[in-house]
Amino acid sequence: MSVDTSKVADSNAGEPATPKKPGKAGAVANWADERLGLAGLAKKNLRKVFPDHWSFMLGEIALWSFVVLLLSGVFLTLWYTPSMGEVEYQGSYNPLRGVAMSEAYASSLKLSFDVRGGLLMRQMHHWAALIFIASMMIHLLRVYFTGAFRKPRELNWVIGCLLLLLGTLEGFTGYSLPDDLLSGTGIRAADGFMKSMPVVGTYMSFFLFGGEFPGESIIPRLYTVHVLLIPGILLALIAAHMLLLVYHKHTQWPGPGRTEENVVGFPMLPVYAAKAGGFFFIVFGVSSIMGGLLSINPIWKFGPYDPTKVTAGSQPDWYMGWPDGALRIMPGWESHFLGVTLSWNVFLPIIVLPGLMFTILLLLPFIESWISGDKRDHHLLERPRNAPTRTAVMVALMTFYGLMWAAGGNDIIAIKLHLSINQITYFMRGAVFIGPVIAFMITRRWCISLQRHDEDKLLHGYETGIIMRSAEGGYSERHLPISETSAYTLTARERNEVYSPNAATDSNGLDEKGGRLDGLRGRLSTLMYADNVQPPTAAEVEAAHHHADDAHELQASLEGHAADGHQFDGHHSVDGENLRGDH
Amino acid sequence: MSDAHDDMTPVKTEVPATGNVPAIPDPGLPPHLWRPTDVDEGLAKRAERQVAAMFMLSSVFVLLFMVSYFALKVGDNHTTFAGFGASTVALGFTLGMALLLIGVGIIQWARKLMGDHEIVEMRHPARSSDEDREGTLEALSLGLEESGIGRRPLVRNSLLGAVGLLGLPAVVMLRDLGPLPGDKLYSTVWKPRMRVVRDVVGTPINVADIEIGDLVNAEPEIIFAVDEEGDHVLEGVELQVAKSKAAVILLRMDPSDITVAKGRENWSIDGIVCYSKICTHVGCPISLNERKTHHLLCPCHQSTFDLADSGKVVFGPAARSLPQLPLMVDEEGFLMAQSDFTEPVGPSFWERG
Repeated sequence: MSVDTSKVADSNAGEPATPKKPGKAGAVANWADERLGLAGLAKKNLRKVFPDHWSFMLGEIALWSFVVLLLSGVFLTLWYTPSMGEVEYQGSYNPLRGVAMSEAYASSLKLSFDVRGGLLMRQMHHWAALIFIASMMIHLLRVYFTGAFRKPRELNWVIGCLLLLLGTLEGFTGYSLPDDLLSGTGIRAADGFMKSMPVVGTYMSFFLFGGEFPGESIIPRLYTVHVLLIPGILLALIAAHMLLLVYHKHTQWPGPGRTEENVVGFPMLPVYAAKAGGFFFIVFGVSSIMGGLLSINPIWKFGPYDPTKVTAGSQPDWYMGWPDGALRIMPGWESHFLGVTLSWNVFLPIIVLPGLMFTILLLLPFIESWISGDKRDHHLLERPRNAPTRTAVMVALMTFYGLMWAAGGNDIIAIKLHLSINQITYFMRGAVFIGPVIAFMITRRWCISLQRHDEDKLLHGYETGIIMRSAEGGYSERHLPISETSAYTLTARERNEVYSPNAATDSNGLDEKGGRLDGLRGRLSTLMYADNVQPPTAAEVEAAHHHADDAHELQASLEGHAADGHQFDGHHSVDGENLRGDH
Repeated sequence: MSDAHDDMTPVKTEVPATGNVPAIPDPGLPPHLWRPTDVDEGLAKRAERQVAAMFMLSSVFVLLFMVSYFALKVGDNHTTFAGFGASTVALGFTLGMALLLIGVGIIQWARKLMGDHEIVEMRHPARSSDEDREGTLEALSLGLEESGIGRRPLVRNSLLGAVGLLGLPAVVMLRDLGPLPGDKLYSTVWKPRMRVVRDVVGTPINVADIEIGDLVNAEPEIIFAVDEEGDHVLEGVELQVAKSKAAVILLRMDPSDITVAKGRENWSIDGIVCYSKICTHVGCPISLNERKTHHLLCPCHQSTFDLADSGKVVFGPAARSLPQLPLMVDEEGFLMAQSDFTEPVGPSFWERG
């Protein structure tokens, strides 16, 4: 592994640092350290290692878009007035001049038309919010599909889920603030959601709205929640998320030299700091260009909120779309008993279902570790194919989400594709249950067959695409061994063990406590691991290589010095190769 | 441990903590590959110039941003450029480019010029060492012992009770967030003999003015009423609340199309029916009328109601029929209400029964 470094540019191999008289910066550092004592902490962390992979950037997008949200949000608060007091609009936007509206809507119009850069900041804020939530979701998928949620990172998974939930609520409270017709319709529906709750529904509605809907309190209250309460919690949770990330050290992909015991990558200073810092400017810049060039939420076109009006095609922001879809396809069930009403048609899809989905999401790491019984630390990521059931569970959840989301646009689908909205709705009622099951089965089998493909590559080499004809006239495709690096990377994964409940009987042959639960665990473990392809053992690899060598020898005796296939696999240059051998 | 990895011997797999033994021994980190900019001073200089050029170009965009800010007007010329204002487009683009160029420049700097040695750091288990744990437990039990919290249950329990009770003020203080619902949801501003007037303009509606198939968005007269001094009777919150419950829809159809429910025989006037406009699902105002079928569709969640048949739900997630407003005609032939709705309008709620 020696490399000639004599010609290396001096940017990489400078003179060793020599002690100098401390300059101005040194004096400042000394002043600070004598009071804060940060040198110990900084020494450990300035060169902290972060592994490199494109998928590790997804969480960073979420982080930086949150910073963009803070910056643009502060700008917006300087002009926005969180009041439902009625005013007559006299601003620059002609079509609405003279119209009575709330101060909140009037100030949002002022931001859009009378403050330079105001519309830019409004649109940037909205785009950054969409990016924030989208990147959190994709980051969550990455963490799940690669098994990065496993011990010791379960708590960070929980924090991440809370961030997603709070981000969604933050988005809802945010797009409700302009008090235009669309956002008012959203609040109107939220009032209906609350009233569907058993026992406390009407009280919650009256307390939140300060009386009967719409009241005059909801906008100022949502404003406090949007600019103070939720961002405060978000900030604290993001800080905890980052601290835990630093404490656990980032996960990494397995590969030569990358093990469970180490972390290989670039140091925080300078490379990672530069890449992450530079990426902040890129996220900021992209949000800015989107805010400048792409129109979003043109509130002036909707008009002020009026409880007697609605626009066709009213839809929430996309991340609220899936519960809205559930609401649309739910049959109209309502129970009347003992003098009370329970609106299953609203309560189930909009209150129970999101809560249930969130709980499932939160529990995923704990369910998996209960089934596997795995108590070890995991720092190496797993490829989705190597955890077929885990991958299939998330794909099933994604399918459920996606179908619900599509159901939330059933009116748009009906109009654009000239379909019957009734038929779309009936189809969706079945599809949201059947679709995830089909997706689960397909994904699971797909993963297992990808595992087989990997095993083939490992034991029998990769397909060169070269067809050989033997002396007898038989045809076969030449397989060549993959590189040592790839082979090691493919084998560097864990063997799964199926949990067998019988093994858990105690020495007297009696079932231990929780026998039935144990049986369930055994069945789930079988579903999860029994069909997986396990990485080959050293003996299997050895045997496969012998087999390949034998085949080579046989062929060699028949063919003399013919091309062995390396010439055509694209990994080698064919210049100067003698394809036919010397005769 | 922060050596560059070329100095490292390959990490051999010696029964790792996870018990995962790969079939192939770990070949160790691959050798470091020098980049063109590492070995060619000319290329390094070129990369340096590229990075600096991006930073300088960023400054140019900041200047352009300043120019756009002061030169371009905002306001009613909002449609002049790409639909939403030359100022917004120019500001967004210049600011975005200024930021992007800094970002791309820094990353180019990191990729081409900064040291690209991957370094290795060892992990440590997240758990504390056994000594630390024992020490903590000792300190904890010593502290608890000294506090006497175990020996003096009276102090402990009374403190727990006192702190627990502090939750009460925190909850009770939220009581004034809003009034109790009372019976507010059971009635609207509709009164016997109150005229049905057109939405927006507030003019009364003569039976003769409505043709078969006409749909009219209407309100109770009181929404537009003024007192002797010319002030609106309903203003602000009261007005909004009144509108959110009392809005109605009038539809005239062929009287023979109507399936009259029992007890509602005299609720329509010559085929004119009046229903609440507020969806019984979650409360959106309903407005999409299918002229041929007398079906009314809610644009929010597609609940569909049959206005020819007591406002019954024919499709969608709503569970209850639209409440119907009993109509009558006054001496001048204008439509008015016989009474308020006979049931609460809008979304269902628990106490509704």
